[in-house]
Amino acid sequence: MSTKNVTETTPAEPNRRDILYIATGAAATVAAGGMVWPLISQMNPDASALALASTEVDLAPIPLGQIVTVKWRGKPVFIRHRTADEIKAAQDTPLTELPDPEADSKRAQKPEWLVVIGVCTHLGCIPTGKSGEFDGWFCPCHGSTYDVSGRIRSGPAPTNLEVPKYAFLSDKKIKIG
Amino acid sequence: MDGHSQYTPKSGFARWLERRLPIVSFMYDSFVAYPTPKNLNYMWTFGAILSFMLVAQIVTGIVLAMHYTGETTLAFNSVESIMRDVNWGWALRYAHANGASMFFLAVYIHMARGMYYGSYKEPREVLWILGVVIFMVMIATGFLGYVLPWGQMSFWAATVITNLFSAFPVVGGPIREWLIGGYSVDNPTLNRFFALHYLLPFIIVAVVALHVWALHVTGQNNPTGVEVKDVKKETVPFTPFATMKDGFAIGVFLVIYAWMTFFVPNYLGHPDNYIEANPLVTPPHIVPEWYFLPFYAILRAIPNKLLGVIAMFLSILIMAALPWLDKSPVKSGSYRPLFRKFYWVFIAVSIALGYLGAQPAEGVYLWLARIASLYYFLHFVVILPLLTKYEKPEPVPESIDASVAAGSVTHA
Repeated sequence: MSTKNVTETTPAEPNRRDILYIATGAAATVAAGGMVWPLISQMNPDASALALASTEVDLAPIPLGQIVTVKWRGKPVFIRHRTADEIKAAQDTPLTELPDPEADSKRAQKPEWLVVIGVCTHLGCIPTGKSGEFDGWFCPCHGSTYDVSGRIRSGPAPTNLEVPKYAFLSDKKIKIG
Repeated sequence: MDGHSQYTPKSGFARWLERRLPIVSFMYDSFVAYPTPKNLNYMWTFGAILSFMLVAQIVTGIVLAMHYTGETTLAFNSVESIMRDVNWGWALRYAHANGASMFFLAVYIHMARGMYYGSYKEPREVLWILGVVIFMVMIATGFLGYVLPWGQMSFWAATVITNLFSAFPVVGGPIREWLIGGYSVDNPTLNRFFALHYLLPFIIVAVVALHVWALHVTGQNNPTGVEVKDVKKETVPFTPFATMKDGFAIGVFLVIYAWMTFFVPNYLGHPDNYIEANPLVTPPHIVPEWYFLPFYAILRAIPNKLLGVIAMFLSILIMAALPWLDKSPVKSGSYRPLFRKFYWVFIAVSIALGYLGAQPAEGVYLWLARIASLYYFLHFVVILPLLTKYEKPEPVPESIDASVAAGSVTHA
């Protein structure tokens, strides 16, 4: 034994000891990953944020032409009681003029009521109502303009103002969420 | 490099310690005997100024954290109580807020110095990249800290900046929700921003240690860009020469810092940040702090959300590629007649971008911002490589000693 070279005693094929080393290393890696995951996941929205609240809104007190803002899931929701002129302007806009083409009828369940999430789709600012070139909304942060259907018309925002899930509970009452 | 003198432990305890942990000789070699080129000008004092500012921000920050509350219903009032009730609270907070501005002012001068004298070139590439890393962590730290007072600008800065990540397709939305811990900026966001704002300065300290280590391996660049050839003749020991000069420069810098803090403490701030955060109202004109304006201008200049975000990140990252974009063998701008002109145009364009970032994003401002943004990138990816190829540099002095004997740099 003492005359043998060390390399001769090490076979080319992996032996049982190598398998044990690899298995131990692999198990340690998986365990490390498993321990890191809670540290990353704790930053995700917690149970209270995930609890999807819904909001009921009475539309009766909103006069024609006015926009009210309600809070839903921490975000503002615009409810716009649109005038006949505004409805006509929104419906008559050719889809070819829109960066994110979407028909007004697809966005408003009843033409006189527009319900959209009031968060600019660019970087999340709150657009101001009844301003901008199309008399819809104008975002003061980076100059995006939206029309009376909440559709993006100019500026850096990529998409239309989002329409939340909502339903008419009665003629003058909606439930958002 | 070999130093000017060597540390020899004199007392019995010093000899005992030296054999176990040679920390005294390490400090001696790094900050006393360390050879600094004898022709350094005052632009070389900003490293020391930045080190001072880092310590100043950490010290004022730690004491402010003893009085601040990172909770949405209490944060704004806790800052007001720091201003009105806490002993010296007003001075500490103004020193911290203006300290951020002075920190960025110093880092921009430090970076501009490196760009003019070619301090990023071989063999200092790693030193330069570590500097870019420090700058990026500084940006993150400054942003996180600005959110803490929970004023209107704080809230909307947090909203806009975290929304930058939502520009990336598919993963963007979940990343943003992970960052802010909800569907909109709220208490989880503020709480973690406070934790991270406390952490990141210590990360900066660690990267600064690597930055200084890399500097001490390669030695400092100097206004001629010619490497030190004779350590004994062309360098002076760090202490007292650099220590005293840096100390004087810090003193002058402190005069400006103190003037800002005590006489115009809110000059660089925004009145809207003295209104408590309101998630339902965006201020009519939101702008970031002055030190982020050039990057903000680039973001707004591009009429596409994803491309704007990518351009903004690239405008910072591209600096890390400088050693490979400018491969001219001549380091110092003092001997590069064409580079010198383009350098000052670049500085002017960067300042112009800062001005445009503060203006409303419309009309002529938007177009000027687009032209300036385009030029910013052209400087890096077209002008510098072309200069490398076609510029005829002026003759470079044989050595630092030769340039000093000839009466410094001659072109001016």
